[in-house]
Amino acid sequence: MRKIAIYGKGGIGKSTTTQNTVAGLAEMGRKVMVVGCDPKADSTRLLLGGLSQRSVLDTLRIEGEDVDLADVRHTGYSNVMCVESGGPEPGVGCAGRGIITSINLLESLGAYDESENLDYVFYDVLGDVVCGGFAMPIREGKAEEIYIVASGEMMAMYAANNICKGVQKFANTGKVRLGGIICNSRNVDNEYELIDHFAQELGTKMIHFVPRDNDVQRAEINRKTVIEWAPDCAQASQYRELARAIENNTNFVIPKPMEQDTLEGLLIDHGMLEVA
Amino acid sequence: MKKMTNVQEPTAQDVAAVDLTEVRSLDLGGPSVGLDLPSDAPDGAAVAKALVELYPQKALEKRSRHILVNDPDSIAPIEANTRSIPGIITQRGCCYAGCKGVVLGPITDVIHIVHGPVGCSYYAWMTRRNQADVPAGEGNFLNYAFTTDMTENEIIFGGEKKLAQAIREAYELFHPKAIAVFATCPVGLIGDDVHAVAKQMRKELGINVFGFSCEGYKGVSQSAGHHIANNGLFEHVVGTEELPAELKVNPRRVNLLGEYNIGGDAFEIERILADCGIELVSTFSGNAQYSEIARSQDANLNLIMCHRSISYMAEMMETKYGIPWIKISFIGAEATAKSLRKIARYFDDPDLIARVEVVIAREMAELGPQLAEVKPRLEGKPVMLYVGGSRAHHYQQLFADMGMPVVAAGYEFAHRDDYEGTDVTGSIVTDSDSKNIQELKVERDPVAYTARKTDEELAALEIDGLSLSQYEGMMADMAKGALVVDDISHHELEQLIEQYKPAVVCSGIKDKYVIEKMGVPCKQLHNYDYGGPYAGFRGAVNFYLEIDRMVNANVWRFVTPPWNVPAKTAS
Repeated sequence: MRKIAIYGKGGIGKSTTTQNTVAGLAEMGRKVMVVGCDPKADSTRLLLGGLSQRSVLDTLRIEGEDVDLADVRHTGYSNVMCVESGGPEPGVGCAGRGIITSINLLESLGAYDESENLDYVFYDVLGDVVCGGFAMPIREGKAEEIYIVASGEMMAMYAANNICKGVQKFANTGKVRLGGIICNSRNVDNEYELIDHFAQELGTKMIHFVPRDNDVQRAEINRKTVIEWAPDCAQASQYRELARAIENNTNFVIPKPMEQDTLEGLLIDHGMLEVA
Repeated sequence: MKKMTNVQEPTAQDVAAVDLTEVRSLDLGGPSVGLDLPSDAPDGAAVAKALVELYPQKALEKRSRHILVNDPDSIAPIEANTRSIPGIITQRGCCYAGCKGVVLGPITDVIHIVHGPVGCSYYAWMTRRNQADVPAGEGNFLNYAFTTDMTENEIIFGGEKKLAQAIREAYELFHPKAIAVFATCPVGLIGDDVHAVAKQMRKELGINVFGFSCEGYKGVSQSAGHHIANNGLFEHVVGTEELPAELKVNPRRVNLLGEYNIGGDAFEIERILADCGIELVSTFSGNAQYSEIARSQDANLNLIMCHRSISYMAEMMETKYGIPWIKISFIGAEATAKSLRKIARYFDDPDLIARVEVVIAREMAELGPQLAEVKPRLEGKPVMLYVGGSRAHHYQQLFADMGMPVVAAGYEFAHRDDYEGTDVTGSIVTDSDSKNIQELKVERDPVAYTARKTDEELAALEIDGLSLSQYEGMMADMAKGALVVDDISHHELEQLIEQYKPAVVCSGIKDKYVIEKMGVPCKQLHNYDYGGPYAGFRGAVNFYLEIDRMVNANVWRFVTPPWNVPAKTAS
C-alpha cells in the first residue's frame, strides 16, 4: 500500500486535484482510500457525488467509543473509500489534535489492514503545515510520499517551500519523502518553466502540469470528478496522466527547501518583475 | 470582617500604665541583622564556588549569578525570577498553582472551577492546608474540587460550552456568591476564552463570575500566577461592595495581604489583632470570604505578609484608593511584636499604642518559659531555609528568637526585590517571560480615593522609622557571610547540607525526603505537614516545640543514606 499525502497552499486546488487523480487511479483498477484532513470535511465531495457524510470526529462525539468503520467510511466513485476526519467550527478548539485523534481511530478500526487490500491511501491535508496536528500524516510513517500542489503564483510557491521544510524535518527521522510538485496552472506567464525550475531547486521534479480548464468547474458544480462527469474531455486525460505519473513514480527525495532570497531570485529570473 | 469571640481586651488599668514616651522612642526602622554564623561555618565564597563547579560552563555561569555571599552593609545584586536551567531539579511550581492554589484558592465562599483535564484539579485538591473557620450559614467550598474535566473531545471542539455548563451546574447546586474560573495549559493552547464565558454567565446568573488566564506554562514559576491573581481580584472583586457604616466606626482598620492561613496561621493573627483592637477588614486570602475582599478598599492600612505574592495588590490599592502599605511579619514573637508596634505607630493613636504594648507584654510573658525551656537545646545550631518567596525570610526571625543562626537561605520563586529590597524594583529588567504577564494601568479613583495621611504625617512617620510602601528584602536581615542561593537545585542543596551540616533544613515536600535520608530533619514550610500554626505568639511556641522535637531527636543518628549502604552482591 502506498501512503500519499497531498499538501499545498489553501485554495490551490488540493481537494479537486486529489479526487480527480484518485478517480484516475480507480479507473485503472486500483483500490484507493481518501482521508480528508480538513475540518471543513469537503475532501471527498466529488467522489461521493456531494453525499454529505458524518465525519470521524462527529461520529466519535455522538457515538462515543462505540464507532464502527462503516459509520465513518463510505464508498464513492469506482469503489473509492472515502473518509472525512472533520473537526471543530472555525475559531474553536484544536483541529490539529482532531486529525491526530481521527487517524489513530481509523488505524484502530482496521481501515489500513492488509485485508482491506488497499493499493493507495491519500491524505488531503488543509493548507500549510500549520502545527503538529496538520503534520500528523507525515509523522510516524502515516504517509510516505508527499506531493505538493503549487502554481506559478508567488504565495503558492512560498507555501510549497514551507511545506518542504516540514517534510525535510520528518524525512530526516522517518520514511517520508517528497514525490514531486503538481502544478495546478493559474495561467501565470512562464508557469511551466518556473515550476519546473522550482521543483529542481527543491531536489524533486514537476510530476505533472495540469492546465487550467473550465471543465473542472463544470464537473465540480455537478459534484463529480472530471473523469466521471466527462470521461472523454481533454482535462480527464490530464488527470489520467497525473495518476499514471504517480503510479510510475520512483523519484522520492528529501527536499532541499530554499532560502527566501533564492526563492525570490527564482521568481525574478522567470520574469515575474517584468512589466506586461 | 470577622466576628471574633473570646477577645481578651487589655484592661483600662493596664493600658493606662503603659509609658507612651518610652514606646514612641523604640526604633522600629531598619533591618534586624541575623545571628552571626557559627565560628566553624565553612567559608561562604569557597562553598559558592564548589556548588557550581560540576556544571557545564554555560550552566555554571548562569547558576553563579543566583548565588552570593551575603553582606548586609552592601547589598549585591542577585539574579532571580529567571528560567530554571533544564536538567536542574527545581522546586518551583506552575502559574496555575500560584493563581488558583496560592492566592485565590483559600477564599471559602467562592467556587473555584478549574477549566482543564481532571488531573489539574485533582492533584491540586486540598494540597495546600489553608484552613477556614466559616460562620454558620456562609458558604464554604474549600473541601470540594470543581473541574470541567476536559477530555479529548473538548480539546478538539473547544471547551467553552462545557465550561458554561459547569458554571451553571455549580451555581444551581451551591448558589455561591461568586465563581472563579482558572485556565490550565490546554485551554490556552486551543484558545478557549474563559473571560467571555465568565461574562456571559455573569449576565445569566446575576452573580460575579470571573476568569483567570493562568495557564501553567506562563512565566518561569508560580510567581506569574500570583500576579495574574492579583490583577483579576483587583479588576473584578475589590471595590465592588462597601463596608457597612457600623463597621466603619473604628478607624484602625487593616487588610492583611499575603497571609494564606496555612496550618491556621491566620487564626492566630486574627486573635492578636482583635485583642489589640485592630479591625481586620479582609485577609488576602486565608480564611477569607468574598465580601471581605470586595470591601477591602475601605481599610486604612494594608499589611503585607508575603511580599512576593501580593505586593501588586498593595501597590494598585494605594494608587487607586490611597491606602498605604507596610511590610510586616507575624513569624517569630519579636517580629510579631515589632509588626504590631508598626501598626500602632501608623495609626498614631495613644490608646492603640498602649493596648499593643499590653498585649505584647502579656503574650511574651506567656511564651517566655517555653522559649527558655528549648533555647539551651537549640542555641547555636545552624539552619538552612529554601522555601517560597517570603518564608525563607520570615522564618529567619523566628529562628533568631531561638538563638539558631541561618547559614544559608534562598527563595524558590522570588524576584530581586524580595532579596535586595524594593529600592531595586525600578532597576529590575523585564525579560520576555515577565512581559507576558499583564501590568494593569491603575489610576487614582476620582470618587473612592481618600488620602489616609497628609504629606506631613507621612513624612513624620518616615522620621519615626516607619517605612511606608517599602520592603527591605531578605538580605538586609541576614548575617554577613551567609550564603544566598536563588532557585536552588537538588545538587546544590545536597552539597550545602554536606558543607554546612545544618541541624534542620526548612524546605518543601519535593525535597523533604532527600534531606531526611541524609540524616537531617526537614521542616516542611509550604504546608507545615500536619503542624502549625506557627505565626504570632502561640504559633511561635508550636514552632519551638516542633523544632526541638525534630532537631533533638535521636533518630537521625541511625539514618544511613541509601547511597551510603554498600551494594549487596547477588545471592
